[in-house]
Formats: sequence, structure tokens, C-alpha cells
Amino acid sequence: MKENLYNYILQIADNSLILGQRMGELCGHGPSLETDIACTNISLDLFGQVRSYYQYAAKIAADGRTEDDIAMLRKERDYLNILLVEQPNTDFGYTMARQFLFDVYHLLFLKELEKSKDLILSAIATKSIKEVTYHQRFSSDWIKRLGDGTEESHERIQNAINDLWTYTDELFRLSEVDEEMLEEGVAVDISKLKNGYYQKVSDVLEEATLTVPESKYFQKGGKQGIHTEHMGYLLADLQYMQRAYPNMEW
Amino acid sequence: MTITEQHIDKLLIPILEQVSDPEIPVLSIMDMGVVRSAIIENGVAKIEITPTYSGCPAMDVIGDDIKKALKEAGYESEIDLILSPAWTTDWITPKGRKALENYGIAAPLEAEADKDALLGNKKIVKCTNCGSTNTRLVSQFGSTACKAQFQCNDCQEPFDYFKCLK
Repeated sequence: MKENLYNYILQIADNSLILGQRMGELCGHGPSLETDIACTNISLDLFGQVRSYYQYAAKIAADGRTEDDIAMLRKERDYLNILLVEQPNTDFGYTMARQFLFDVYHLLFLKELEKSKDLILSAIATKSIKEVTYHQRFSSDWIKRLGDGTEESHERIQNAINDLWTYTDELFRLSEVDEEMLEEGVAVDISKLKNGYYQKVSDVLEEATLTVPESKYFQKGGKQGIHTEHMGYLLADLQYMQRAYPNMEW
Repeated sequence: MTITEQHIDKLLIPILEQVSDPEIPVLSIMDMGVVRSAIIENGVAKIEITPTYSGCPAMDVIGDDIKKALKEAGYESEIDLILSPAWTTDWITPKGRKALENYGIAAPLEAEADKDALLGNKKIVKCTNCGSTNTRLVSQFGSTACKAQFQCNDCQEPFDYFKCLK
């Protein structure tokens, strides 16, 4: 098995799975019917992308595991998503701030992944770009609406941005897997996305009359499987049915 | 506009035209542009379909429906889901666009116009009920991932708009 490629696919796919799960939690709980549907549609797009990635990963693993096994039956330490996407839906401001901080990265990332030597990853990227473009538009729109809204909404979205900022640097840190795959022309050099990312994020925050955080302390570890305390609860929810009723289908 | 060559066996066209998107029953999968190739090899129909959106739950159903329709017509079949080239709303045929409008879903605009419409900058999406362009965006995401929700300011009818995907 191509261990590095397998792990590289998981690094990408797990971000979408975990963020998709977070957005899916809002099903029936969104602040309004329209936003509820929007959040779950975004979730659905992410899960769709995840299926393509995990199907590919299952093929490479070639050990009898299916896409579902990979999604549902790993232990916390085996999930390689970045810490940002596992942060909870504290309030709608946090949900949109998390989405926005990820969407800007996601789109920049996919535009580079499209150039990968790996044709399957490139095809998934091309497909996903179209969907993620809409996600970014939606979340940017909400950042502006909340930031340039009432005193209350301004304060709350600013708090959310400040709190989640600490997870942004990890987006651009190369793991060992990234470095190995970069040499093979498969991976994206994420360290090069950093300037463009903070530029785009700052532009939107300024338009939203929000302050760009100056904090220089950043959290990391997700790509090595070391997660925040929220991850265990998320996985308990995600994996419950498969753990309680192994191999169940619907 | 991207036109990708489609290899579709003439014998299979009438069969595939009977299969529709379960979420938009008026639209056949042929008019939707999701069938990328359909050939008969040693008596087996080999069909390649491409998803509209990655997470579109209709794709599994479409695959099953194609198999069923072909079986009724006497063909064994193999269905493959392909990702590249990625589906675009340009592949919806003129007949398909008309079917969408008649069904109450506004057909996708060109990319730039679409962006204006979805940011609420310009009133350009036509109401499928009264034809007025005095409409407003209710939500960028509608009843399915491929649609946005609009409402007409004149006749008050709420309707879906099929988002442009390039």
C-alpha cells in the first residue's frame, strides 16, 4: 500500500468529513429555515467530496475496508483533520467564522490540488472548486452581514474570529506526509498559500468593519492526530450507529 | 462553452430518455447532461454518468433507474460514475432548460450574471410564474444543493433558481 498517498488523502478528506459533521449538526437547529438548509447543503457538498476521497483511499488501502469503514471506524488519533474544523457550533457567529476561515483556505487549496500529478485528486478538486466557490460566497456574505450589522452581532462575530484565529496557522504547516508527497508532485505546497489567505481574509474582515486579530500564538497538532477536547464528542456522535449496530445500513 | 464529445449509442437514447432525475422528474438524464457515454459491448450496455454535485443523493437512484430501464429493454448493464470532466450547467440541453422553467425552476444564467443574482446585486432572475424580473434572493441555497431560493416581488410566488455551475 502507498502509505503516504493514503495518509495524504485522509489529511484532505478528514477536513471535509469533520466540518460536514459540524454543519450537519445544525439540521433542524439553524437560526432560520433558509440558513438551516444552506448549512446542511454545504454539509452535503462536503460529504459528497469526502466519498470520492475515501473511495480512492479504500482502493489504495486494498485491505477490504470500504469508504464507510474509513469514515466511521477509525480512532480519534487516526483522524488527520486540522483543529479548526472540529471546533463546536458555539453560536451562529462561530459557525460562520469557522466556515469562512476554512472556505478561504479550501478554495485556495483546491485550485492548487487541481494541478496535482495525481489525476484522481485533480478530478475531485475540479469538481469541488465549483461547490466551494458557493460556500465561500455564503460564509463571506454572513461575515459582512454580522460584522456590519448590530452592535451585538458585531461583537459576537468579532469574538468568534478572535477565538478561532489561533487555529489558522496550522492550515499552512507541512506535515511529514505533505513533504513526501510534495516531492512526488502530488501534494500542494500549503506554506505558499499563507499570504494569499491572510490577504483575502483581511479584505473581507475589513469590509465587515471587523478587526484582524494580531495574536501570534497558534495551535497545531490535528494533522498528527492530536486533537482538541471537542473531537471525542464529535466522533461519539458520528460513530454511534456503526459502533452500536455494526455494519448497519439504511 | 465546453463541449465534450459524448459517445452515445443511438439504440440506447430512447431508453435513457425515459430516466429522469428523481428530484426534478420533468428532466430526463439526457437533457440534464449527466450521461457522458453509453455504448453496447458484447450485449452489455456500458453507461458512464457524472454527478451534478458531489453530494447529490439522486446519483445512486439514477444509477439504479438506468439499470432498471435497460433491463426492461433487454440489456444487462454496467454503470460507472466518472468525475472528470466535471459536470457544468452548460450541459443542460435547450429542451431541458425549457422543461425546468415549465416545472417552476428558473434555468441557470451565465456565470457573471449568476454571481450578480446570488449576491442580490441585480434583479435579473425571471419569475417562473409571472415572468417578472422584479424578484429577490431569499437564500443562496434552496431545496437541493443545486438550487437557490427566490421570491417574486410582483406575484409573490416563491421559486427555485438552478445555480450556474461552470
